[in-house]
Amino acid sequence: MRILLVILWLLPSLPASAHKPSDSYLSLAVQNDRIEGQWDIALRDLADAIGLDSDGDGQLTWGEVRNKHEEIRAYALSHLALSADQQTCSTQMLEQLIDHHTDGAYSVLRFRSNCNGPIERLVVDYRLLFDIDAQHKGLLRLTQGGQTSTAIFSRESPAQEFSLAKRSLWTESRQFIHEGIWHIWLGFDHVLFLLALLLPAVLVRVDGHWQAAGNFSSVCWNVVSIVTAFTVAHSLTLSLAVLDIVRLPSRLVESTIAASVVLAGLGNLYPMVASRRWMVAFGFGLIHGFGFAAVLIDLGLPQDSLLLSLVSFNIGVELGQLAIVAAFLPLAYLIRHSWSYPRLVLTGGSLAVIAIALVWFTERAFNLQLFPV
Amino acid sequence: MTRFRPFIVLILLGWFLLDQVGIASSEPYRPTDNAQVLERLSFKVSDPIARELETLRTALRQDPRHIESAVTLATRYIEQGRTEGDPRFLGQAQAILAPWWNEPTPPPAVLLLRATIRQNAHEFDQALADLDELLDRQPTNAQAWLTKAAILQVQARYDEARRACQRLARLAAPHILLGCLSDLAGVTGQAAKGRELLRQVLLESIISGRERIWIATILAETAARTGALREAEQSFSDAFKVGVKDQYLLGAYGDFLLDQRRYQDVISLLEFETRADGLLLRLTLAEQALELSTFQTHTAELAARFAAARKRGTTVHVREEARFTLTLQQDAHRALALAQTNWAVQREPADARILLESALELRNRTAAQPVLDWLNRNHVEDFRLRQLAKQIQEATF
Repeated sequence: MRILLVILWLLPSLPASAHKPSDSYLSLAVQNDRIEGQWDIALRDLADAIGLDSDGDGQLTWGEVRNKHEEIRAYALSHLALSADQQTCSTQMLEQLIDHHTDGAYSVLRFRSNCNGPIERLVVDYRLLFDIDAQHKGLLRLTQGGQTSTAIFSRESPAQEFSLAKRSLWTESRQFIHEGIWHIWLGFDHVLFLLALLLPAVLVRVDGHWQAAGNFSSVCWNVVSIVTAFTVAHSLTLSLAVLDIVRLPSRLVESTIAASVVLAGLGNLYPMVASRRWMVAFGFGLIHGFGFAAVLIDLGLPQDSLLLSLVSFNIGVELGQLAIVAAFLPLAYLIRHSWSYPRLVLTGGSLAVIAIALVWFTERAFNLQLFPV
Repeated sequence: MTRFRPFIVLILLGWFLLDQVGIASSEPYRPTDNAQVLERLSFKVSDPIARELETLRTALRQDPRHIESAVTLATRYIEQGRTEGDPRFLGQAQAILAPWWNEPTPPPAVLLLRATIRQNAHEFDQALADLDELLDRQPTNAQAWLTKAAILQVQARYDEARRACQRLARLAAPHILLGCLSDLAGVTGQAAKGRELLRQVLLESIISGRERIWIATILAETAARTGALREAEQSFSDAFKVGVKDQYLLGAYGDFLLDQRRYQDVISLLEFETRADGLLLRLTLAEQALELSTFQTHTAELAARFAAARKRGTTVHVREEARFTLTLQQDAHRALALAQTNWAVQREPADARILLESALELRNRTAAQPVLDWLNRNHVEDFRLRQLAKQIQEATF
């Protein structure tokens, strides 16, 4: 009975999809001379435009949508024109997936546009659905380097021009350093992993229980070895992934990161040899690096200054990491003698970390959204 | 470690079972089953409405300027939009009227439809301009007078609204005129007389369908606002007996039940009406009061919807957004700002109420003043609004 209750509690309830005016979501990532695009178009709108309900039963199945993929492609691409500096960009479709927004299911079109030459002024001519729905809007998200801008296409303003500023290397580098710092601070799974490994750094294991460490230099050495191992490992795989030398599926990466946090927490509850913790940091650091890579690739990397952005991002991650360690370490060192440290902070903290990471693991491994966070 | 074994088994079993359930993810994905239903449409191909719409669409494809087909099709779309509570149909109606949309003086039938679409988009001044243009050319167009009266009432221009209602005297059935005038009665100090007239209309006339719902709903709301709860309940019941689904009626009865703290009744009424933002809001308010588990999901859903509307620049649900922000997000500052923006566009008792509630929360009398003036100047009969006004005056004395 308890199993059933657990499962029922975890199953989120799905509200029926909303009624709202028609929108499409267009995301363009500019990379020097080409654009990576993703366009979400509502199945309802496509049904009105080109007809998708082949068997006429009032329901759209995946099979019916798949059969019309060629027509969807033709319809969509004939209503979107991208040109850079007076030259038309040639667009090719990569794949079509499905996603769900507040008002129902959308066809997700992923495409690539080649615009012979670096893009400085981009003109987007958007004509989708205006002849069928005069209140349709195209919501654009344009990214270049680390910067994002948005625009709205409507029947009244179907064509818009965007000036992509000439980037100075220093500004771009600074942008990526900032992104690096931000993403490690926002990356709770990375932070928790690091903290879980560092929690026992100010203690030593003597005769089966915890004792405060003797001097600062031994603690320091411990911390430095763990953090350095973590840093070297994730820098290595971050670079390998970004340079496209190694590619791992994101679901596997994210689940393993969550699992690593669980294990780091468990390692504090069932301590093995303390001096080996830097190896755990190194080993799992390799996987964390792939997690960072996913974020960095999502930001849209400029192909011509790839190395610079990569190094800048990495520096940002290290700086952010350093800040966390610098905030945590002195405090932990000061209270290491107290009664509460091994019990509440170490044990309690590790249990909390394990619990949170278990939820992440479940969400990521089975592709669920259990909590809004 | 042995202590943990059943625990681990439990978790593994749970994960295994969860893996069998395919729940919507938050990332684009490729479905694995060709038969998986992704979306439900409004019609099957065999529905009579679908066939009628298709015939009209074919005619228009051949000649987009064929005005009879265009007007009929646009009217059907607007009606369908009203039945389903779905704004997409309004955009489609507007597209059908595209050949005439930007003309300053299109044909009268198009003018009326354009005014209706603009009214729905809360572009009240433009809608009134269209109606005035239309009424210049067709002074006997009853629907135009009625729509004009409704818009003027929303803008709290009650004298002009009354004059527009009175033009219906020889143009439409008597109950239409009475309904139009009685709607104004509650906000102009004549609620008792209005209720009397409406009661008689409902008893004597053989009106049915949407018209009956309209009359009964006006009576119900006026009665509710003057504290005549039994009459309100009876009139709502009368309206529901007609058997035609009406989004406005559902919302109004939902508010009536919420005010009486009959939260379980709200759930029963609206639990499957989650597509329209306004109805989902009332459902979520009831769930909040009863501390039901679905409250969290629905609140997140509403937040997403309001964010989506803001992103695209559509502002027809500001009243609902203000209510949401005050009660479900407990952000009185933002709620007050939204309520004030809303008051600039529409001034019905519901709009007054959210503004007064937000202002009271912040003890901000200045913000409430425009509504207090409106209450007194027009002799609005609404005991809750009077209560709120008194509380604000006492709190900020």
